[in-house]
Amino acid sequence: MIRFTAIRLVEIAAMLVLMSFVIYALIGLMPGDPIDLMLGADPHLTSADVARLKQLYGVDRPLIERYLAWAHAALSGDLGYSRLFSAPVAATLLPRLGNSLVLLGLSFVIAFAASLGLGIAAARRPRSRFDAAVNFTCFAGVSLPTFWLALILILVFAEGLGWLPASGMGGSEGGVFADRLRHLILPVATLTIASIGGYTRYVRAAMRDALGQDHIRTARSKGASEARVVWRHALRGAMVPIATILALSFGTLVSGALVTEEMFAYPGMGKLIFDAVMGNDYNLALAALLLATAVTMLANLAADLAYAWLDPRVSYR
Amino acid sequence: MAHDQLTIGIVQFPATLNPDIDALAAKSYVLGFASRPFTVFDADWKIVCLLCTELPSFENGRAVKTELPGGKTGVDLTYTIRDGAMWADGVPVTTEDVRFTYEFGRNKQSAVANAELYREILGVDVKDDKTFTLHFDRLGYNYAAIDDFVLLPAHRERAAFADPAQYRLRTLYATDPTNPGLYDGPYRISEFVSGSHIALEPNPHWAGPAPYFKRITVRAIENTAALEANLLSGTVDMVAGEVGLPLDEALAFDKRHGGDFNIIYKPGLTFEHVDCNLDNPVLADVRVREALLSGLDRETLSRTVFAGKQAVANSFVEPQDAGFTDDVPHHPYDPARAKQLLEEAGWHAQPDGSRRNADGKALSLELATTAGNRSRELVEQVLQSQWKAIGVDIRIHNEPARVLFGETLPHRHFDLAMYAWISAPENSPRSIFRSNEVPNEANGYAGENLSDYRNPEMDRIIDALEIELDPDKRKILWAAAQRLYATDLPSLPLYFRSDAFILPKWLTGVRPTGNQYPTTLWVTDWGEKK
Repeated sequence: MIRFTAIRLVEIAAMLVLMSFVIYALIGLMPGDPIDLMLGADPHLTSADVARLKQLYGVDRPLIERYLAWAHAALSGDLGYSRLFSAPVAATLLPRLGNSLVLLGLSFVIAFAASLGLGIAAARRPRSRFDAAVNFTCFAGVSLPTFWLALILILVFAEGLGWLPASGMGGSEGGVFADRLRHLILPVATLTIASIGGYTRYVRAAMRDALGQDHIRTARSKGASEARVVWRHALRGAMVPIATILALSFGTLVSGALVTEEMFAYPGMGKLIFDAVMGNDYNLALAALLLATAVTMLANLAADLAYAWLDPRVSYR
Repeated sequence: MAHDQLTIGIVQFPATLNPDIDALAAKSYVLGFASRPFTVFDADWKIVCLLCTELPSFENGRAVKTELPGGKTGVDLTYTIRDGAMWADGVPVTTEDVRFTYEFGRNKQSAVANAELYREILGVDVKDDKTFTLHFDRLGYNYAAIDDFVLLPAHRERAAFADPAQYRLRTLYATDPTNPGLYDGPYRISEFVSGSHIALEPNPHWAGPAPYFKRITVRAIENTAALEANLLSGTVDMVAGEVGLPLDEALAFDKRHGGDFNIIYKPGLTFEHVDCNLDNPVLADVRVREALLSGLDRETLSRTVFAGKQAVANSFVEPQDAGFTDDVPHHPYDPARAKQLLEEAGWHAQPDGSRRNADGKALSLELATTAGNRSRELVEQVLQSQWKAIGVDIRIHNEPARVLFGETLPHRHFDLAMYAWISAPENSPRSIFRSNEVPNEANGYAGENLSDYRNPEMDRIIDALEIELDPDKRKILWAAAQRLYATDLPSLPLYFRSDAFILPKWLTGVRPTGNQYPTTLWVTDWGEKK
């Protein structure tokens, strides 16, 4: 197990190095550098300004040279400067990361807890009215466009009923915690409704499969209670495929939810990455995308390790 | 119910609050509350002092012509900082700040965006704490305007400027944007949440008229549908016209909820047009360009798509501008004339409605604009169908703004390109029409003469215009430039864009300028209807 983990960590490190170059090169190959974009926004910029700013921001050097300079600085802990936000990358990234973790983490926990309950209940009563209702709700949730759902929630709960704020993060005036929580309700609800259907479908399918296994029949024949059969025996087996889905979801915790963030004017990672890529902010885009890549790969490693714990038949040598 | 707070929705969050780095509309809007430029153009498009006591003129002796080596004429301009001007930490605004700002602007390693202004200033002489003289290397008609010379507080920023190359990283505007010592306007920034909102509270040391609101929050909501919902729910009180809803969305909002708000449409200096690439042999023929313009029913387009709020443009000068003349060729909608011009240019009508020349080549052009800009995409479809009616095939090739403005336009890889020029009152058209302003590799693809328009007469007019101090003589030169433009048609004029200000009915004093200076500079006029 230790050897397996060590090899995977080395693979992850190698993949991150490769990805850093691929991302840097892809952004570099996109037309227009940051100064060209500045030029379009400021008619006063002269050719002398263009040359001066290109040198100052280092975009007059070949791509590979810039990448190596970035890699050298990054290895010593300096992620560089975000041109878009006029601030160091770390200072720009960390608050947004915190915001995304709160928003997506809350939604993830609520959605997963709810889908676990719904999926298990539906799997235990296949083809029942309850199962049909859960299926219908799941498909509705999956099919709803996020921007539309967000808009409807804003119109009903903010404009119509006036119960909740329509946008922002809150927390600026008194009662910081309560205010932040109020501002989180609608975006969390949007993300939860949008993701609950998918999770529930996975849980239901995995549980149905698990409940049909021979060892479940054996447990029942030995007189185990239904609760013990479901929660102790079936769920453990069902968790193997679910763990894969959960691991993949971890990447989104740090890569944000662009549409929801934009609809609720919530400053998270999704909008940050989008702006960084569109604004040709190499340093910021690279750091954010690498972070998402690293978290996704580490979560997948964690899932692989969890398989061995969940299913005694799995072992790593 | 009395309102002592105001929440404003905008669609863009400022990248930086440093007045001299970057030039985004959102930053100008927010800094309008908190920072005082020396001079600006007001809502009547007149240059006025905000931080100075009096505009320099030859009559009052504050402007003095100077002879420079090489026979050039320069000008010395003397300004006095108004009494009581204070940074919000209680430190007076002085000529030390002027000296520091000049030092910053002249330093090649500083990230100042518009360095041209500082290159034009040969030196600064300080008379006392309040009065200083700027020595300019040229004398132009708007000589008294030093709009972009926005002071940085020396007592706060000098330490960050110790290493000029690192200044953009260390400026307090980035590291400590709520530091009161950074702001000398009626308000100071009291809260800054990147990407979310900026809150402002009154500057306790402000010597001018007291602002009405105890707190103003500027909230960035980039999705316009969400911005509308926020407006309706009362989460934001108003939408700024300068960085708010596009006109078509504002018109739709007006239809549905106009009765609940005070909606002001203000035409401005953003000139929407279609650039013609004159390197293309088809477009090099002025008859083809004139045919394209005559084949467009711009009046109906303006009426149906923009409810007539964006008047048709016949030249590049906005009707409110001092240099405007209507005495130019108008090229009204006349499809018969358009077809005749194309025939004369050798593009003959075919049975299938298309046109071909003697070599059998089809009359087909590519039209580019910014992908995702709903308003432009809509107009583009109208252009395509109207030009098809005169036999011109239009292939639409839209690109994201970063590609269009970052690559396609500067490298001039287009036939026709629809976009806007953003100007200032009586702004010299040098960068868009002078023959040495065509972007190329040698000039780093700077310059905005994307059509490759070269007319020695236009060059002469621009050179003469810029140094003509007599307003009447200048008006004649402006008229000549507009007539030449409307005859040569290096671009096809469409309309001047209007901004929609969506305000609560109780708010008073917001007076849109129509120029690049935001309403927020006059926030002390804002109040509540009693």
